[in-house]
Amino acid sequence: MAQMLIDTANHIAGYAAKAARVKVVAAYPITPQTTVVEKIAEFVESGKMDIEYIRVESEHSAMVACIGAAAAGVRTFTATSSHGLALMHEALHWASGSRLPIVMAVVNRAMGAPWSIWPDFSDSLSQRDTGWMQFYCADNQEVFDTIIQAYKLCEDERVFLPAMVCLEGFILSHTYMPVKIPEQKKVDDFLPPYKSGWILDINRPFSHSNLVSPEWYMEFRYMIQEAMENAKHLIPVIDKEYGETFGFEHGGLVEKYKCEDADLILLTMGTMGSEAKIAVENLRKDGLKVGSARVRVFRPFPTEEIVKLAKEAQMFAAIDRHISFGMEGFLATEIKASLLNQKDPPLVAGFIAGLGGRDVTFDTIGKIAKKSLKWMHGGKVERETEWVDLRE
Amino acid sequence: MVTIKELPKEEYLLKGHAACAGCGTAISLRLLFKALGNKIVLVVPACCTTVIQGPYPYTSFVVPLQNILFESTAAAASGIVAALRQRNLKGITVVGWAGDGGTVDIGIQALSGAAERETDFIYICYDNEAYGNTGMQRSGATPYGAWTTTTPSGKRERKKDMPLIMAAHRIPYVATACPSYPIDLVNKLRKAKEIKGTKYIHILAPCPTGWRYDTSKTVELGRLAVQTGLWALFEIEYGKFKLNPPSDRLIDKAKRKPVKEYLTLQGRFRSLTEEDAERIQKWVNEDWDKYRKLASNSTSDFAPYGKI
Repeated sequence: MAQMLIDTANHIAGYAAKAARVKVVAAYPITPQTTVVEKIAEFVESGKMDIEYIRVESEHSAMVACIGAAAAGVRTFTATSSHGLALMHEALHWASGSRLPIVMAVVNRAMGAPWSIWPDFSDSLSQRDTGWMQFYCADNQEVFDTIIQAYKLCEDERVFLPAMVCLEGFILSHTYMPVKIPEQKKVDDFLPPYKSGWILDINRPFSHSNLVSPEWYMEFRYMIQEAMENAKHLIPVIDKEYGETFGFEHGGLVEKYKCEDADLILLTMGTMGSEAKIAVENLRKDGLKVGSARVRVFRPFPTEEIVKLAKEAQMFAAIDRHISFGMEGFLATEIKASLLNQKDPPLVAGFIAGLGGRDVTFDTIGKIAKKSLKWMHGGKVERETEWVDLRE
Repeated sequence: MVTIKELPKEEYLLKGHAACAGCGTAISLRLLFKALGNKIVLVVPACCTTVIQGPYPYTSFVVPLQNILFESTAAAASGIVAALRQRNLKGITVVGWAGDGGTVDIGIQALSGAAERETDFIYICYDNEAYGNTGMQRSGATPYGAWTTTTPSGKRERKKDMPLIMAAHRIPYVATACPSYPIDLVNKLRKAKEIKGTKYIHILAPCPTGWRYDTSKTVELGRLAVQTGLWALFEIEYGKFKLNPPSDRLIDKAKRKPVKEYLTLQGRFRSLTEEDAERIQKWVNEDWDKYRKLASNSTSDFAPYGKI
């Protein structure tokens, strides 16, 4: 029987790990991720999850223990935030380079200094080039669904890469929302038992990840790039299949809302996508042709989808909950890069908003849209990167 | 207890490995495999063994080997142990095999964590008293007075006492060893295999490249380290401290060779002053006062707590 819950995204991430029948969880507490590992502890101690739960002494060890467990042949899960993710950085490269299908929930939290416990994407986006696939969720149902989808994707032989499922701290992590947890049997049918490209096996004694000379290293990197490209094709397919089975679909790579006839498209990630939809509704009431495109998958980056969206629109506004210091937001950069070789591309304006947990409401996004429309009508982006709601 | 003749003939360390001539670690590896056989999973961080195993697509080991990040041997082993248990695979020993830098410095956190969690595996530190793979830089295990490339005039601090740090974790088995005493090493490895929980073995592995001595003298150097009392062979089994032969005879100070016999054979101690050598001799004597006390204690501070 499917189960309707009203619960936080962190608890829901725990339910997803349980539904995915993970065998080893290695985790370390950090705000705002903690209630994920607490939920799993509750499942383990009440006998609802029969797993090895390694309460490690750091996030670095959490990721490495997951690497060891995945290499020894079982499905693994972990969760972290912010500095915990940064501490894992080196191990993230090792996981993807080893082609291990590990899934991790990242509860987004701003990086210090100064200390902040509130959300932005500076933690996960700093891990952009680690070879991990990155999903960004807009609500608690999507957190559950994406974790299940991510295992299916990661364990596909055309992919064999790890993935992080990102959800913003507090906005989702500690907010109660209704979520439908499907029947276990249906999840089992959708997600077959653990599969990986290789395994530590005493009958096939290999040296795994030993020293590789310049003669071979590039080919290994190229295979990761190929896997990312394969994932780009598989993500919409898996999302669709999931939707047909469980009733929830999340837009594949990019969730589009009223983009068909839009002059201006608001590009966001995470929960800003939900606010952007309301902003679009309000702007449309005023006769303004605005659409929303929520980039759900940041790696692999949906370049082709962005190019398709650019065909009709005159203007893109990329709203980043992140700043790459000395440049701009990553979303703006990737969108501009995607459009570079296109004929008559739309104008692209970048907006930095919501850093360290500052609210980005539909009103905020409405203001961004109106400014963008003004620039669109003037035929010129007046500021390459605009910081939104900044104190004077 | 085995004798040399009873050691298996099978070789799991193949010819063509990439260790330096006279490498004490390579001898230890060969003995490791002879002691434990091939039903093991080896976890190796960045260290000399990264090179010794040979580069892709080759390997000189006949056991599955997980190469892992420098500081993470014990964390990776924790994950492997957990997965094997979930898969209900029995009779496979997980072995962490790390250098002294990877153990006493950068890897101590993960090791301490794994020991506290009572992870069921054998952790072996092969100690050549410096960061050998990067060309002999000082580590926490480098002894006082030793030249390294980052202590060109000799290290001014003493060696970290890692075996007793591990004993303070109250794990069921801690032992020291040296490849110059192969039977002792094999016995300790086999004993460790039969014990449940975290087992720690610290091997002093002479290194001609870093210690600056002739490659033919590795076994002799290891013997001298033990005979001078600079390196004591002991084991702490369920908290009970015991000196092993020949170290058990060295409680009597008169039976210990002067440390100078060991120090003068090595280029790394070339700039050692007379005063330094006397200081080292004094510390060795103090260490043996400690060993005497540990050996005579019937109740030990190192006894495992056990699950409550």
